[in-house]
Amino acid sequence: MTDPAAPAEEAATVATSAAGTSTTMEVLAANPLRDPRDKRLPRVAGPCVMVLFGVTGDLAKRKLLPAIYDLGNRGLLPPGFSLVGFARRDWKDQDFAQLTHDAVKAHARTPFREEVWKQLREGIHFVPGEFNDDGAFDALAMALNEIDETRGTGGNYAFYLSVPPKFFPVVVEQLKRTGLSDAPEGSWRRVVIEKPFGHDLRSAHELNEITTSAFPESSIFRIDHYLGKETVQNIMALRFANNLYEPIWNRSFVDHVQITMAEDIGIGGRAGYYDGIGAARDVIQNHLLQLLALVAMEDPTSFDASALRREKEKVLKAVRLPADLGLNTARGQYLAGWQGGEKVVGYLQEDGISSASTTETYAAIKLEIANRRWAGVPFYLRTGKRLGRRVTEVAVVFQRAPHLPFSADDTEILGHNALVIRVQPDEGITVRFGSKVPGTAMEVRDVSMDFAYGESFLESSPEAYERLLLDVMIGDPPLFPHQREVELSWKILDPIEEFWATQGQPEGYESGSWGPESADAMMARDGRVWRRL
Amino acid sequence: MTTFMLSDTTAGRISAQFMHLRHQMGAPAIGMVLTLVVVCEERHQYDALRAATEAAREHPSRIIVVIKREDDEPIRLDAELRIGESTPGEVVVLRLYGELVDHADSVVSPLLLPDTPVVVWWPGAAPEVPSKDSIGALAQRRITDAKGLDEGGIQSLVTRAKGYARGDTDLSWARLTPWRSLLAAAFDQPVGQVREGVVESSKGHPSAPLLASWLSERLGAPIEVADSAGPGLTSVRLSLDGGELSICRTDARLATLSRPGQPDRNVALARRHTSELLAEELRRLDSDEVYEAAVKHFARTYKG
Repeated sequence: MTDPAAPAEEAATVATSAAGTSTTMEVLAANPLRDPRDKRLPRVAGPCVMVLFGVTGDLAKRKLLPAIYDLGNRGLLPPGFSLVGFARRDWKDQDFAQLTHDAVKAHARTPFREEVWKQLREGIHFVPGEFNDDGAFDALAMALNEIDETRGTGGNYAFYLSVPPKFFPVVVEQLKRTGLSDAPEGSWRRVVIEKPFGHDLRSAHELNEITTSAFPESSIFRIDHYLGKETVQNIMALRFANNLYEPIWNRSFVDHVQITMAEDIGIGGRAGYYDGIGAARDVIQNHLLQLLALVAMEDPTSFDASALRREKEKVLKAVRLPADLGLNTARGQYLAGWQGGEKVVGYLQEDGISSASTTETYAAIKLEIANRRWAGVPFYLRTGKRLGRRVTEVAVVFQRAPHLPFSADDTEILGHNALVIRVQPDEGITVRFGSKVPGTAMEVRDVSMDFAYGESFLESSPEAYERLLLDVMIGDPPLFPHQREVELSWKILDPIEEFWATQGQPEGYESGSWGPESADAMMARDGRVWRRL
Repeated sequence: MTTFMLSDTTAGRISAQFMHLRHQMGAPAIGMVLTLVVVCEERHQYDALRAATEAAREHPSRIIVVIKREDDEPIRLDAELRIGESTPGEVVVLRLYGELVDHADSVVSPLLLPDTPVVVWWPGAAPEVPSKDSIGALAQRRITDAKGLDEGGIQSLVTRAKGYARGDTDLSWARLTPWRSLLAAAFDQPVGQVREGVVESSKGHPSAPLLASWLSERLGAPIEVADSAGPGLTSVRLSLDGGELSICRTDARLATLSRPGQPDRNVALARRHTSELLAEELRRLDSDEVYEAAVKHFARTYKG
């Protein structure tokens, strides 16, 4: 296994990505109708085909197909854009079009407009077949060739692998065999993969070997849909476009940081995927560590992909695990109980879960970042299923004022100042600070000041997948994690998983509660408490 | 929604009433990002206000509608306050009578939200030099609409160009964005030198000469304007060395893009509502230099 941060590979990647952007730049410079001052013209992708593997999956129906329609409705799809579905179904084009139509009607964010649908419908094709069927992929290659002829898509293909990772090797091998992964001069081929990017460092590395055997790193787009969310991108605006927060964004003022992703649902129909994976691999490795990187990184020299990824990698490399994993991590498994007024079963009683499963559905870990800015500031990460409420947030909790010129009674219920970035739902930012309670006595109590995306930029915020799909077609990679980030995240998580594997059954917690007692005890040892969400 | 009428009032009483209504509803004025002043005639009021409230769903605003009524009546200010469900922000419709008609800024200015941008929109007739107008001078962004005039829409663009100041724009320019976006996308693949071209639209449509000017300036080729049956813009045809690149739209919804050596393709290109145009204008509040270049190029070449 090679070191994911090997300098030679890095140099090569930077060179290829630079080459990639320069061709785009040249095209823009050559276009007399484009002008950087012309801010009304949207970023529109060039002519291309999106090939979707796994069209019958939940993700395709709920997110991908509606997002493609929404892009069309916003005028962001290029003329001639074509969508090719590939699946093990005995279908014709119109069957796939019907599926797309239904998915759009049910889940699109923008209103249904006949002319947009007509434009999209003309480019919809379907190729039936199994992944190990050479004939089916030959048919796919021929279909794509024909689409280039009839729709003018110029040999630009994006392959979206919305399939379980076990199928990656065979699909990638087929793309390689049919030559679909090789871009002829003047065109591009890109591959989009979804999490999970492996289940530990080793498997992530193997998975990457498979994809890089056919596609260069600069053509691989790893989707972490959290990074497409407006609030997550706003973390960077909040930190680096303002002068108000950066001076206090360090160990001199910050007491600790809590990053939470709580879900109120159980595992639903995902038993096959979830059992054996668990909350930490499912959520902490990707979403929460990416959030941590964005909150804790230094300012990048620019917002292009290489500068941004470099800063994220630096901070991920600086992450240190606590010496005693037993005292500074917690894991749990939900028990039967009441969640939001409904009686629900425990994890071990879910369909398809063995009654002896040791998979955790709740995970909390404490991390430290060994650099000048953050030394000594703990970052607490927690995620869980069947918790009280669905909420994802990053809370930066500040130290208490060094001196309070009030009597102890007056500030008895005054907490820490906090800045909370609410990622979902109800996206926005909350600042918590002390304020005088009206009246003749001097009593100070916590109040919240709110910024809600819903109020200030009501309908403009696009769905995360829209943004990410557009970025794939434009070839703009800053919002996609690099393989090095993926491997660094596994390096953080692997020792914890290994430790947990020796600990037997996770502690049970009642559905609808806020997690196991050991998680609260872990905070209490540090003299802190979890935010009540 | 709460509506509140104030007759023979002042700006101070309107402000106080707003605060009172907000406290009553328990909703403070948070999250409003700008003040939109709409200066129009009574007959335009309903449509303009409707478009503005819809645009405010994307850009929560305080909307101030200024209607100048008869100037030979005794001085009076009537106000209609709306706050609540259909509007994320606040709306006040001001009706000015008598001598006050010439001093509308004295009413508007105290009602602007503090420390946030101000945008003025004239859905119909607008002052010759918007930035020198007493209300226009309060704003960062001044939006006129050449198409909103009963006649002389194209001629008014020449006036706009002469009186241009940074921050001026016209909705007939915003109407072109989907067309310009599609044309720019078509030029992302090299097409070679354009020799000449023609923009066709319904007669007297102010967007057509603007589009022709923009194309002519960017492409360095003569672009004519011709009349068609409409509705709105119907086609752009550019002759190239190897054939013709064209975008045609006859049903106001779906366009056909044709270029030499490639199959024709259908592209959705629907005409947009005023509210969408306004929302686009409010998205960026810095001055639009590309519009400036296009409208000035038009004024230089106009031979009306």
